[in-house]
Amino acid sequence: MTMSDTQQESKTYQRPPLARIGAIGWLRANLFNTWYNSLLTILILWMFYKIIPPFVNWALFDAVWGKVESTVCRQTDGACWAFLYEKANLILFGLYPFEEQWRPTIAMLIFIAVVATSCHPSAWRKSLILAWVIAVPAIAILMWGGILGLSYVPNTRWGGLPLTLLLSGVGLMFGFPIGVLLALGRRSNMPAIRTLCVTYIELIRGVPLITILFMASVMFPLFLPTGLTIDKLLRAQIGLIMFASAYLAEAVRGGLQSLPSGQYEAADSLGLSYWKKMRLIILPQALRISIPALVNSFISFFKDTSLVIIIGLFDLMGATKAALTDAAWRGFYKEAYLFTAVIYFVFCFFMSKYSQYLEQRLNVGTRR
Amino acid sequence: MTVPAGVDTDRKGVSAIWNDPQTRGIIYQALALILVVLVGWFLFSNTLQNLEERNISTGFGFLDRSAGFSISESLVDYEASDTYGRAFLVGLLNTFQVALLGIFLATILGTIVGILRLSTNWLVAKLASVYVEVLRNIPVLLQLFVWYGVITVSLPSPRQAFEPMPGVFLSNRGFMIPAPVEDPAYSYMGIAFAVAILLSITLRIWARRRQYLTGAQFPVFPCSVGMLIGLPILGWLIGGAPVVFELPVLQGFNFQGGITLSPEFAALLLGLTTYTSAFIAEIVRGGILGVDYGQTEAAASLGLRRVRILRFIILPQALRLIVPPTTSQYLNLTKNSSLAVAIGYPDLVSVGNTTLNQTGQAIEAVTIFMAVYLSFSLSISVFMNWYNSRIALVER
Repeated sequence: MTMSDTQQESKTYQRPPLARIGAIGWLRANLFNTWYNSLLTILILWMFYKIIPPFVNWALFDAVWGKVESTVCRQTDGACWAFLYEKANLILFGLYPFEEQWRPTIAMLIFIAVVATSCHPSAWRKSLILAWVIAVPAIAILMWGGILGLSYVPNTRWGGLPLTLLLSGVGLMFGFPIGVLLALGRRSNMPAIRTLCVTYIELIRGVPLITILFMASVMFPLFLPTGLTIDKLLRAQIGLIMFASAYLAEAVRGGLQSLPSGQYEAADSLGLSYWKKMRLIILPQALRISIPALVNSFISFFKDTSLVIIIGLFDLMGATKAALTDAAWRGFYKEAYLFTAVIYFVFCFFMSKYSQYLEQRLNVGTRR
Repeated sequence: MTVPAGVDTDRKGVSAIWNDPQTRGIIYQALALILVVLVGWFLFSNTLQNLEERNISTGFGFLDRSAGFSISESLVDYEASDTYGRAFLVGLLNTFQVALLGIFLATILGTIVGILRLSTNWLVAKLASVYVEVLRNIPVLLQLFVWYGVITVSLPSPRQAFEPMPGVFLSNRGFMIPAPVEDPAYSYMGIAFAVAILLSITLRIWARRRQYLTGAQFPVFPCSVGMLIGLPILGWLIGGAPVVFELPVLQGFNFQGGITLSPEFAALLLGLTTYTSAFIAEIVRGGILGVDYGQTEAAASLGLRRVRILRFIILPQALRLIVPPTTSQYLNLTKNSSLAVAIGYPDLVSVGNTTLNQTGQAIEAVTIFMAVYLSFSLSISVFMNWYNSRIALVER
């Protein structure tokens, strides 16, 4: 085919009608393709017109910015961002001493950095374990202090975002291995062990988290020998670990159930012991399958840690609520909750996007 | 390499037992059971000793004592002088009330949003997915606080209450709606409705049998709908067709008459409904997408009409995917209703918490919570297992 031929041919092609391509074409295809869709579009645009300008006015133009007295805020209709200038420290760090707040900040950054690194499959090497071995004591030293010239901060004064991250992080770190063991126990062919695991899982999953937290806060002290006490934070943490392990066990069980029995038989025929069979053959595959379910459990667990407010801990949610009890700043709940909601949203949203990414990536082998 | 038989004899007995999977399994299980019993006994004896030291009597005897606290809203008569047992009953009924209403509303809202997410209108689909993402990724407790704040702080006082419809008022004291004035006609309607349900079930059984024998179809669905709507209306007409509604009227500082939804109840219901609806929307969307499009095409090529395709081909398959996860959302909603304690709606946990603080009967109160929620969860899961085995694909 010569050059002139192609030119000749391309001349005979017609461009699609203008109404089918470009912005107009997109609008027609996506917003006005049927009469009822057109109606819906117009209805939504009208709703936007009703909602967005007032919101922008409230949040930006009528809002009070900068560090001012609350009386100034009460004179306008707009948002009172002065509230956040005043209370952001309390919301983010709870009762942690003001001049020491750089410590939880760094601890939080280390935690987020290590978790973010662990999220990337290319980092799944032995050195990652080393990173955790260094990070965990570093976080503990930063939070508690008492050595290296850092002043001691008792954990009763911890609060805000670092507490939320720690409660959920530690809960998952301990809940996950327990959950895997429970899932294996539930699939085991030893009736007594299976019954114990099933009872535990169903008992925990059948009741609201609040009742487990109540149990942790009011019943645990009764369980212990006289004279031995464990502090409130640790009790809540134990309750959260119990809760997380039951839910994670069910996520892992889903993965275990979907493995073909040929895998078990193959491992048996190699003469592997039970633990070798699980560690080398079954669990790697089962955990990969259950990753989406696991991340979903992580997300709901992260949100659920907010319930510790009910037994009086100042996590992110509790600190927000505490910030609102100040008589001078009462009533600015929109600003406070918006701030907190955005923080929770960012964490949860990234986790759910991550699970989608991971699911796609790990499915490379089976995708066609 | 062979080991002379005599060398191994003294070790053989032990190692043979240890290497027998069955015996080993029994040993493991015995060890696990002994461990659990020992830990249980340790905790139990500590508890008994602690209770004795603190002079707290064990047992459920406290349920007969007078509670002495009042409860802001209750479905049955309750006064502060009534017993703790009755207070628990009030809490239980309040839990059921908000859970049932929430489940009903969340199902409707969730189904609508789930279908909207599949809309061909880009704006509608995007808006629905923003709804889902925002609500799913924020703790439900925070959402409850926001709703409670909106109602108690941002709505006007009863004097300046919003009146979106005549007789409906929104104020910081809650929502007021007209209530029908009590009349025997309403009990006739209730009876007629129950009769209609029974008749519909009978009709369905009869129609099935007839179709099985003769092949003739009977329009069961329109007839049932007709009876379910028609019979109560008939009952209403027989009762004299009362049309009197009691309107809420502003008297002094608050409204009198009509039905009042307290701020706590309204916030809890709104929060639970919207939060759960986001999850149900995703389930519905997944269920509809999960039915292969070839099914629709195949049914269409058989000449089935659109409604029949939906009714006989798509819905049965989609429901198989939708029902099990939706039930667990219903369960979650019921469990989340325990967050009522944070905004002061007197549900079971809230009442129980007050009792616990007054009497110190921690173990008994937590046991009651657990027993109630567990029996609810277990009966739902028994039902689900039955349903699943009924609708599961029969594979060869």
